[in-house]
Amino acid sequence: MTLAAVKKSSRLPDLSNVPAVDEVGVNERVARFQTRSIKAASKVEALKLILSMIDLTTLEGQDTPGKVTQLCQKAIHLHDAMPGLPHVAAVCVYPTMVSVAKEALAGHDINIASVATAFPSGMSTLKVKLDDTRMAVKAGATEIDMVISRGKFLAGDYRYVFDEIVAVKEACGDAHLKVILETGELGTLDRVRKASVLAMHAGADFIKTSTGKIQPAATMQVTLVMLQAIRDFYRDTGKMIGMKPAGGISTSKLAIHYLVMLHETLGNAWMTPQWFRFGASSLANDVLMQLMKQSTGVYQSPDYFSKD
Amino acid sequence: MSAKRIAVAKTYKIYIGGKFPRTESGRYFPLEDSKGNVIANMCRGSRKDFRNAVVAARGAQPGWANASAYLRGQILYRIAEMLEGRREQFVTELQQQGSTLRAAEKELDLSIDRLIYYAGWTDKYQQVFSAVNPVNSSHFNFSVLEATGVVSILAPDDSSLLGLISNIAPAIAGGNTCVVLASESKPMCAVSFAEVLHASDVPGGVVNILTGFRAELTEFFASHMDVNAVIYCDGGKAIARKVQILAADNIKRVIERTRMDWLGDAENPYLIRDTQEVKTTWHPIGS
Amino acid sequence: MATPDNKLAFDGGWAYEPAPESTDHINIKSRYGLFINGDFVKPEKGKYFDTVNPATEEKLSRVADASQGDVDKAVRAAREAYRTTWGRMKAKERGKYIYRIARIMQERAREFSVIESLDGGKPIRESRDVDVPLAAAHFFYYAGWADKLEYAFPGRVAKSLGVAGQVIPWNFPLLMAAWKIAPALACGNTVVLKPAETTPLTALKLAEVIADAGLPPGVVNIVTGAGATGAAIVEHPDVDKVAFTGSTNVGRMIQKAIAGTRKKYTLELGGKAANIIFADAAIDQAVEGIVNGIFFNQGHVCCAGSRLLVQESVADEVIAKLKDRMETLIVGDPLDKNTDIGAINSSMQLEKIQSYLKIGKNEGGDMHQSSCRVPKKGYWCRPTIFTGVSQSSRVVQEEIFGPVLAIQTFRRYDEALTKANNTPYGLSGGVWTDKGAKIFKMTQNMRAGVVWANTFNKFDPTSPFGGYKESGVGREGGLHGLDAYVKLGAK
Repeated sequence: MTLAAVKKSSRLPDLSNVPAVDEVGVNERVARFQTRSIKAASKVEALKLILSMIDLTTLEGQDTPGKVTQLCQKAIHLHDAMPGLPHVAAVCVYPTMVSVAKEALAGHDINIASVATAFPSGMSTLKVKLDDTRMAVKAGATEIDMVISRGKFLAGDYRYVFDEIVAVKEACGDAHLKVILETGELGTLDRVRKASVLAMHAGADFIKTSTGKIQPAATMQVTLVMLQAIRDFYRDTGKMIGMKPAGGISTSKLAIHYLVMLHETLGNAWMTPQWFRFGASSLANDVLMQLMKQSTGVYQSPDYFSKD
Repeated sequence: MSAKRIAVAKTYKIYIGGKFPRTESGRYFPLEDSKGNVIANMCRGSRKDFRNAVVAARGAQPGWANASAYLRGQILYRIAEMLEGRREQFVTELQQQGSTLRAAEKELDLSIDRLIYYAGWTDKYQQVFSAVNPVNSSHFNFSVLEATGVVSILAPDDSSLLGLISNIAPAIAGGNTCVVLASESKPMCAVSFAEVLHASDVPGGVVNILTGFRAELTEFFASHMDVNAVIYCDGGKAIARKVQILAADNIKRVIERTRMDWLGDAENPYLIRDTQEVKTTWHPIGS
Repeated sequence: MATPDNKLAFDGGWAYEPAPESTDHINIKSRYGLFINGDFVKPEKGKYFDTVNPATEEKLSRVADASQGDVDKAVRAAREAYRTTWGRMKAKERGKYIYRIARIMQERAREFSVIESLDGGKPIRESRDVDVPLAAAHFFYYAGWADKLEYAFPGRVAKSLGVAGQVIPWNFPLLMAAWKIAPALACGNTVVLKPAETTPLTALKLAEVIADAGLPPGVVNIVTGAGATGAAIVEHPDVDKVAFTGSTNVGRMIQKAIAGTRKKYTLELGGKAANIIFADAAIDQAVEGIVNGIFFNQGHVCCAGSRLLVQESVADEVIAKLKDRMETLIVGDPLDKNTDIGAINSSMQLEKIQSYLKIGKNEGGDMHQSSCRVPKKGYWCRPTIFTGVSQSSRVVQEEIFGPVLAIQTFRRYDEALTKANNTPYGLSGGVWTDKGAKIFKMTQNMRAGVVWANTFNKFDPTSPFGGYKESGVGREGGLHGLDAYVKLGAK
């Protein structure tokens, strides 16, 4: 699709109507979520749900077929010593590793997510980004995690950012599209809200906080603002959008806080891997340790859980 | 009867960034009691120690100033609690440095109470010294105090503990961080006080304590371009002139406290105000 | 699953298991005497009454019913302590005693929180995270003023008054005790304090702390009882200063009862605060502000934002979001760490709230309540809103003191101001807008003692609190809170 064709077919939303966000108020609401005490059966239920929502991720310049294959093994065999565990939602890799993942995951019901569009910086031409996307989809990716052009966004060129998302969505074909806002570079919660609205109107299936390559990555604050944007979009259009916080969520305790926040902001319909994901790598083992502790009553050691 | 037990002597180090390094120069000076016995080898601090301490103080300053007044008050109170618990150590050191027992006990009482005094000001000086100004236009106009930043302190020579605390407490109560040169003739309590600070939840870098020679270090305390205010407590006109001239290069705030009676009147909020700036903000009132 | 009419589904799905706070570490005696002159003593007439857990209706303890004779004894002890110890003590030593109270409260914080929730019905999360820390902070703040009064009153010398008689309510029992006792002591006065009859326990535990802190006998006296005991304190001829927090009706009675005497007094009374939301507010945070304003502490808050004034262009959106948020509020066992809204303090208060729900409906209001389950035993009220009401409705005019919000719309800011000020009350108010100039315009013109802009129900020991008009007279907290406890003379 050419840029001209994109411009004809879609409508940039009126971003001046997006509600303001008060940072102190957001911090207070987040603090309250963190006081929730999740115990016993509700904790076990949460931990298993978290496992099923993880996009097990490796996104490093030093990734090799060996590394990716072993990650996929972990995705399939989280902890065979504990029967009845769900599998993770997806494995997330660079486009050149998609074919490796596809072979390693053959026969298993785990999605293959690929980053694309000159991840993580996004500093390239539209043509390069679309080629990047198509390559990943062709290699077998069922989900694409794209990055928005933050520089263009901060300079106020919302039209450019919008059109780019529309074009990438088109290039995804049947793959579902997650749009990474890179909230750590947006600076304020107002901008996070605006970027969320823009992305959803442009065709995002999921909105995602961060690449995980800069600090801060995901925070409960930006996640809350994005969840509230999703809620308003749903009320206005009836369309559900998914959400993925990524980077910095490495403990079960924190992941459970996120789940509480999701539950009390969007309700039951979003409490599934179809609509919520955690972009994480070491979270899975911490969740497994907590599950073992819940079932045995004994605090666990990392030595007993495989690190692939 | 068992053999006499050999005591373990303390090494007196300096305190920078929440750690206790030796002076990077490796030099020392012996501290003698009134009979000429060496009671300790003190670090002879260098300009590089001072330089490092300013880096630590600057690093710690924004976090300390942004801590709530309540938290700063709690921490100052905690310092008092810790000092109360270690009275004996300080009474001994004061006596070693020439004090009578009675004077030493009194100095401890006053020192602990003075810390509590300033703990009680952290969340009040703003109320006493700020203002809402009734300007002649439709604006909300308010003036508040703000910490000046990093304060270098040349502590009084004749007061090993009380004079030291009387300068540190008001500076940090107001959100500043500081680098302090201990008394040259009676430096022991300053180093032990650093241990008390370390046990009191005071973040590293908020107070940094050096020992060494006035003649060598005054110049740097007064001239460092990343220090916002300098406090000096001794010396006549010549020292005053030297400090003022060196401080002028970055318009450092110069605070002279050579005539303070540390036992008497060193408890008032103006000692806090000395190291505060005033910020005035305007905002329209309208629909 | 998501429903076609774009509603969110909060019911069913993932449910939080009970997360009860442990109570095995606390100590409640089966019976308490009166704390007079440093000891717990029997009431002279030997009468006691029960104090009950409003969530379970179970008895927690029995406390003494102080008679006139007991009150006389307490005031005498306070006067003697004022004359011989406290009134002569060096200011900084007084301060150090008050610091001790603060520090011991911090050490025993969890026990205080649990007992506060058991006795009064408020959720443990609130007593743990708000009530007890604020109470300790209040003592810490005023401890610091004891030896600094010369800086609080330019050109004047501040002297203590003598004996303070203080009567406090049941909605923030420990916090109100701190608000009263701390400044009184800091300024050199001695105290006779009566906690509310439904919530006496944390004041009695505070008496234990005061004894542990080593305060000289008689400096603080805690006498339990009901209305008659309160009247005896307020009207006692040897009380120099009266401090009362409670209803405007009782405030009126007190002002009349002490007329003609030389007693100084402060009254902190009722309110019906307007919480004003403009279209340009940060809407999601404003909705949370509404919830904080009226539903927390079960609405038992004098400064509650019990009237919502929402700009008409965003009214539907705000009300829809408010209803969603109400669905996620957990009403239940105060000792469960996940409870947002606890029990109504007493059966009497619950009846009063329920009568207002009837009144509201009879006046033609549309009532909406959240759909949460409530326990079978105990006193409970679901979060409730009324739409379709106006300035002339009783539910808009009168203080309900429960989790009940009356909602009205407005078009322009001056209309909001008129409605906000059109009440005999004047305790507090809220303004929500992203526009700075408008904040100051509103706060400048709202006739209320506390105005919250883009926030609500925030308290701090350094921040003065008190009302205009029938919401009371005098301020508690901050520099201004010292006024009530000193007399000022020329230098």
